[in-house]
Amino acid sequence: MRIACPHCGERGSEEFSFLGAAGLARPAPDAPADAWHEYVYQRDNPAGSYSELWHHLSGCRRWLVVTRDTRTHAIASVVDA
Amino acid sequence: MTYSLFSLAREALRGHTGWKPAWRDAAPKPDYDVLIVGGGGHGLATAYYLAKEHGITNVAVLEKSYIGSGNAGRNTTIIRSNYLLPGNERFYEKSMQLWEGLEQDLNYNAMVSQRGVLNLFHSDAQRDQYARRGNSMRLHGVDAELLDAEQVRAMYPFLDFANARFPIRGGLLQRRGGTARHDAVAWGFARGADRRGVDIVQNCEVTGIGVTNGRVTGVQTSRGPILAKKIGLVCAGNSSRVAAMAGLRLPIESHVLQAFVSEGIKPLIDGVVTFGAGHFYVSQSDKGGLVFGGDIDGYNSYAQRGSLPVVEDVMEGGMALMPMIGRLRVLRQWGGIMDMSMDGSPIIDRTPIEGLYLNAGWCYGGFKATPGSGWCFAHTIAKDEAHFVNSAYRLDRFATGALLDERGAGATPNLH
Ligand SMILES: Cc1cc2nc3c(=O)[nH]c(=O)nc-3n(C[C@H](O)[C@H](O)[C@H](O)COP(=O)(O)OP(=O)(O)OC[C@H]3O[C@@H](n4cnc5c(N)ncnc54)[C@H](O)[C@@H]3O)c2cc1C
Ligand SMILES: [Zn+2]
Repeated sequence: MRIACPHCGERGSEEFSFLGAAGLARPAPDAPADAWHEYVYQRDNPAGSYSELWHHLSGCRRWLVVTRDTRTHAIASVVDA
Repeated sequence: MTYSLFSLAREALRGHTGWKPAWRDAAPKPDYDVLIVGGGGHGLATAYYLAKEHGITNVAVLEKSYIGSGNAGRNTTIIRSNYLLPGNERFYEKSMQLWEGLEQDLNYNAMVSQRGVLNLFHSDAQRDQYARRGNSMRLHGVDAELLDAEQVRAMYPFLDFANARFPIRGGLLQRRGGTARHDAVAWGFARGADRRGVDIVQNCEVTGIGVTNGRVTGVQTSRGPILAKKIGLVCAGNSSRVAAMAGLRLPIESHVLQAFVSEGIKPLIDGVVTFGAGHFYVSQSDKGGLVFGGDIDGYNSYAQRGSLPVVEDVMEGGMALMPMIGRLRVLRQWGGIMDMSMDGSPIIDRTPIEGLYLNAGWCYGGFKATPGSGWCFAHTIAKDEAHFVNSAYRLDRFATGALLDERGAGATPNLH
């Protein structure tokens, strides 16, 4: 799999590290435990289009949002996080 | 038909014309007491123990493809009970004890082979950590032996003991660990369940789960609707997708794990060996191929195929452990979809929906759990409560904080 970093161009996925779902909204510190449980542990985990955080660790070290199809690994877009 | 020396002799005399299919390829009935969604090892084992231990036989296993087409038929077949945490160790040891009597119980050759599982360590700190795990196992009455480098050398002289970065200092050995024939495990449980009246329904994909007033009513499938009082979900890598049909979100991500097999060679490795400095493990199949693997690819996937960087990583691990492996050719490589949970441990529990039960989160290690998982899940479904053996595998532990994180990696599925 190759990821087109907006800063470095197309690079092998081994240059990046994967964090997980993008766009999870961090609750306020005093939010109820339920909200924190959802945020920390619960995931949509879809078979299909998924927006996720990747770190270009061996490149420009920017955090990126990669939108990828989890059934085919085809990447639709890569933008700065 | 019961398999025995007598039946073998009789069939040999009549040219093997009398063997019957090991189970019926059943058509679904309109309604069941219990539906099991997913015909992998765990689903089939659940149906078997529901019938055998609890007398519940009006049961169907619904499988979207053919039984064993998922991870049951894709894994590297290692069985062991060498865990640190009490909540895990009692479960995996129950499973190990079931393996030890499984073939007699099922009247089926699952090729269970207690050839030993050896985890190598490469530093003083790692030895301390392994000693601690070994002690924890022994406190649970499970066998564990700490070997020094010379004892390991006597078993596997060809390992790279003097590796400059990762010298082998010794290993933690569980002699009762080993391997089993993965397909035969699925087939044996299918046959055992079928003989007790369970319907095994293949090519039957569940597409919806009916819930009325907080209680399950049945499922929609590619072969029509089926009513049921209780439904158990056992879908491994597809757990999130199937649970979503009942409106549940799970603490699970799906990731791909690869495995490899080499060309067949003469007997070389008579046990299972794991490299402790990188992720690599190897055993030898009865056909002679070396069966090996390493880490998951590390990002969400439903593709059942992996990518090249991990292939390279696994091969590097192999070269660091036993340089002679570089002379072998890889015959086949494949991938399966792992249900990676947020703390690296599984879930066998009820759900907030009445009559709906969940068995998921097996990560890369659920094959060894097959009999134990089925046994516990059957108990949970039949009695509406967990058995002591699976009482730590609660779904709400992520909310209460009673996590079972063997690795101490936190809520990062790709690091467990
Ligand atoms: C490469 C690899 C190596 C592994 N090595 C080991 C090992 O050495 N030791 C070990 O202990 N574990 C290992 N594992 C893990 C182990 O294989 C799994 O944890 C275990 O098999 C999961 O349980 P199962 O057998 O029930 O899963 P599966 O066989 O995947 O069963 C789930 C079934 O659900 C079906 N299904 C999904 N959705 C639906 C639907 N909507 N309707 C109907 N049916 C559906 C699927 O088709 C599938 O057959 C490995 C896994 C892989 C991929
Ligand atoms: Zn970059």
